[in-house]
Amino acid sequence: MKNFLKIILLIFLFSGFSFSVQAAEKIEYLKTDWSFKGLFGKFDRASLQRGYQVYTEVCSSCHSMKYLSYRNLSEKGGPEFTVEQAKAIAASFEVKDGPNADGDMFTRPGRLSDKFVMPYDNVQAAQAANGGAYPPDMSVLVKARGGGVDYIYSLLQGYEDPPAGVTLDDGVYYNKYMYGNKIKMANQLSDGLVEYTDGTSATVEQMSKDVTTFLMWSAEPHLESRHQMGFKAIVYLIILTILVYFSMKKIWSRIETEV
Amino acid sequence: MSEKKTKRRDFLFTATYAVGAVGVGATIWPMIDQMNPDASVKALASTEVDVSAVDPGKTITVLWRGKPVFIRRRTQDEIAEARSVKLEDLKHPEKDEDRAANPEWLVMLGVCTHLGCVPLDQKGEYNGWFCPCHGSHYDISGRIRKGPAPTNMEIPKYEFVNANTIKIG
Amino acid sequence: MSDHEYTPKSKFGKWFNDRLPLLTLANHLTDYPTPKNLNYWWTFGGILTFCLITQIVTGLVLAMHYIAHADMAFDSVEHIMRDVNYGWLIRYIHANGASMFFLAVYIHIFRSLFYGSYKAPREIIWIIGIIIYLLMMAAAFLGYVLPWGQMSFWGATVITNLFSAIPLVGEGIVTWLWGGYSVDNPTLTRFFTLHYLIPFLILGLVVLHIWALHVPGNNNPVGIDIKKPSKDTVPFHPYIVIKDGFALLMFMIVFAFFVFYTPNILGHADNYIEANPLVTPAHIVPEWYLLPFYAILRSVPDKLLGVVAMLSAILILAALPWLDTSKIRSAVFRPLYRQFYWILVADVLILGYVGAMPAEGLYLLVARVATAYYFLHFLVVLPLLGWKEKTLPIPLSITEPILGGSPNLATAKNKESLKN
Repeated sequence: MKNFLKIILLIFLFSGFSFSVQAAEKIEYLKTDWSFKGLFGKFDRASLQRGYQVYTEVCSSCHSMKYLSYRNLSEKGGPEFTVEQAKAIAASFEVKDGPNADGDMFTRPGRLSDKFVMPYDNVQAAQAANGGAYPPDMSVLVKARGGGVDYIYSLLQGYEDPPAGVTLDDGVYYNKYMYGNKIKMANQLSDGLVEYTDGTSATVEQMSKDVTTFLMWSAEPHLESRHQMGFKAIVYLIILTILVYFSMKKIWSRIETEV
Repeated sequence: MSEKKTKRRDFLFTATYAVGAVGVGATIWPMIDQMNPDASVKALASTEVDVSAVDPGKTITVLWRGKPVFIRRRTQDEIAEARSVKLEDLKHPEKDEDRAANPEWLVMLGVCTHLGCVPLDQKGEYNGWFCPCHGSHYDISGRIRKGPAPTNMEIPKYEFVNANTIKIG
Repeated sequence: MSDHEYTPKSKFGKWFNDRLPLLTLANHLTDYPTPKNLNYWWTFGGILTFCLITQIVTGLVLAMHYIAHADMAFDSVEHIMRDVNYGWLIRYIHANGASMFFLAVYIHIFRSLFYGSYKAPREIIWIIGIIIYLLMMAAAFLGYVLPWGQMSFWGATVITNLFSAIPLVGEGIVTWLWGGYSVDNPTLTRFFTLHYLIPFLILGLVVLHIWALHVPGNNNPVGIDIKKPSKDTVPFHPYIVIKDGFALLMFMIVFAFFVFYTPNILGHADNYIEANPLVTPAHIVPEWYLLPFYAILRSVPDKLLGVVAMLSAILILAALPWLDTSKIRSAVFRPLYRQFYWILVADVLILGYVGAMPAEGLYLLVARVATAYYFLHFLVVLPLLGWKEKTLPIPLSITEPILGGSPNLATAKNKESLKN
């Protein structure tokens, strides 16, 4: 049993080493409380709705979210807008459809079943419009960056003047938390940039937190189900393990010598 | 082994089997449910059709849940003809009023109830549809009048969300 | 082992069994005499069977929704994660299941190394096991390519490029593997087919593995031959079935923790970026279970020799029954071998660690030393130990050390007086 535990410990330590590969720069990210972390973590609905607002008003002109559908906005586990609200949001966007009977493509108001409208038709158009740098699709961005939500949260607030001796090309900005420190996205957030519909004060920190929470949900829309199911699964397994353990003891007691 | 010990031992094993069976069931269910229609398919379960350009006497065909739906805007003569048919003459008796609540609009699944071919519009001996596969004739209410099809063409769930738009499904 | 005296109880059973002796087989498996002193390191065979079935079932179900085309693969995986009922659960079970599979196989292999389970007369079981291990690595590598993320694409590029090291025909082989001039759609579609096929090859080999095992019967912690059946053995059912079941449940708790709470921690963030042939990730790394071999590969400066070293590191295991010259099976009675065993364990963990680091500076030096030591262990240490090592006296029967409470060194020493 001791050996077993030793090996489990070794494995966890070893996995600890593997994670460190991603955070190669050893930089300390800005910390905040994320409501969705931990065994019983849940999304803050109001934060998700505010985050959606930030995404729509600030980010969506350059960043696509191609794996989200408008119906996701009203589904359980997310911002949980009402179905009517989600329909209205969808209808506020023009979606490309077709070809029609004449063979032409046309636009129509969005529906719940449509995917989020993309700002550019393709990657090349996005690059051309942004100085050669492609603004990444944000559907799974949180999972695509080693630092996760802490990284994105910090990066949004991490713009500062370059230190002495560092020169930046045109269209390149200095960011404390960006891998390599050079980023082609200018600082986007400033206090009061968005007027939150729920009246929350839109500081840079608040907007960073809200939009990052939104991005976490967009990357893991089933996070809450996953946590809830996980709790039930592990409790169930523990109960069954206890039952099987005692069954095992009972069965093995049939032989005279204890092993 | 005493009677009491045997009973307790049996209970333990029974309880273990029972709890184990719950787990097996809970594990199998997602494997089965994943084959059910997924969220993106369910989102397309209904379709809205703009019928403003459909003149009387014209039929359009739209795709709904992967199947053709005939939408015909009937003329007054056609409505009268559909309503005048005697129920005893029908293989599958259905009143036209029950098939087309708004008599001007006939909305039905364009799938022959025999073996699933798509019947042809304005063909056949009953001024309706004709299925070329095995010769079923449907009338101007989509009811089977002659041929091997057993039932009338199916009427899906639909409603007019406004004067120009039909929501099917 | 032959036990053809079993007669089924029902008439239908008898009729069927006469034509296809499945009931005789089931009876054999149920009654199979197993040493009663097996410890928990012996439960991993059953755990591995569970892992294989899990991967096959979840893989089959994922294959109903996955699209093996370069333009749609990544999208189809997101579709599974978002829209398919319980798709996220099945995907995370499959991805983490691969890691759990390798965790279990390493424990299983290291059990054999410690207790000498590879020694005569179990050499064929061991070799079949090595083949299964190789196929597992192939299946895992192919499976990782399927989501078509950055690591999928670039890992495939790096590993397929290795074949160009083969003299004369290397380049041709690589083009043949790719089905084109670089890793692209033709590569993906064939990788999907092969990934689907291999688990069934593994399944067949597992049957042979267990069949070969049932000839001599299981090894045991004390490493001595025992009569089967005897008072030293228990029937597989219910004794071993319930014990394997208990161990499996503990394993499943760890598995569940990964799936439900940290499903991406063993993976690489870059694989959530769609494959881009124009952008190479900063660090191309395989999944954790392939890291030691990756370290060995990179520690040799020559491309061909690096490939040879990596393959040799695995194939040398097949020669183990003959490299280890000791007459004593179990490390319980080989104190010197035991030390080298733990050094090997540390060596493999070190190789895994440096495999994840850039191949430069101190990391590269450590990788080289660790690689050299790995081969030294098998090619020099083991043969020498067999001749030179002074082993402890092995007990006459397995009940002897058990009477003391556990088959450990001190007990065995104490019981020496009982030997005569």
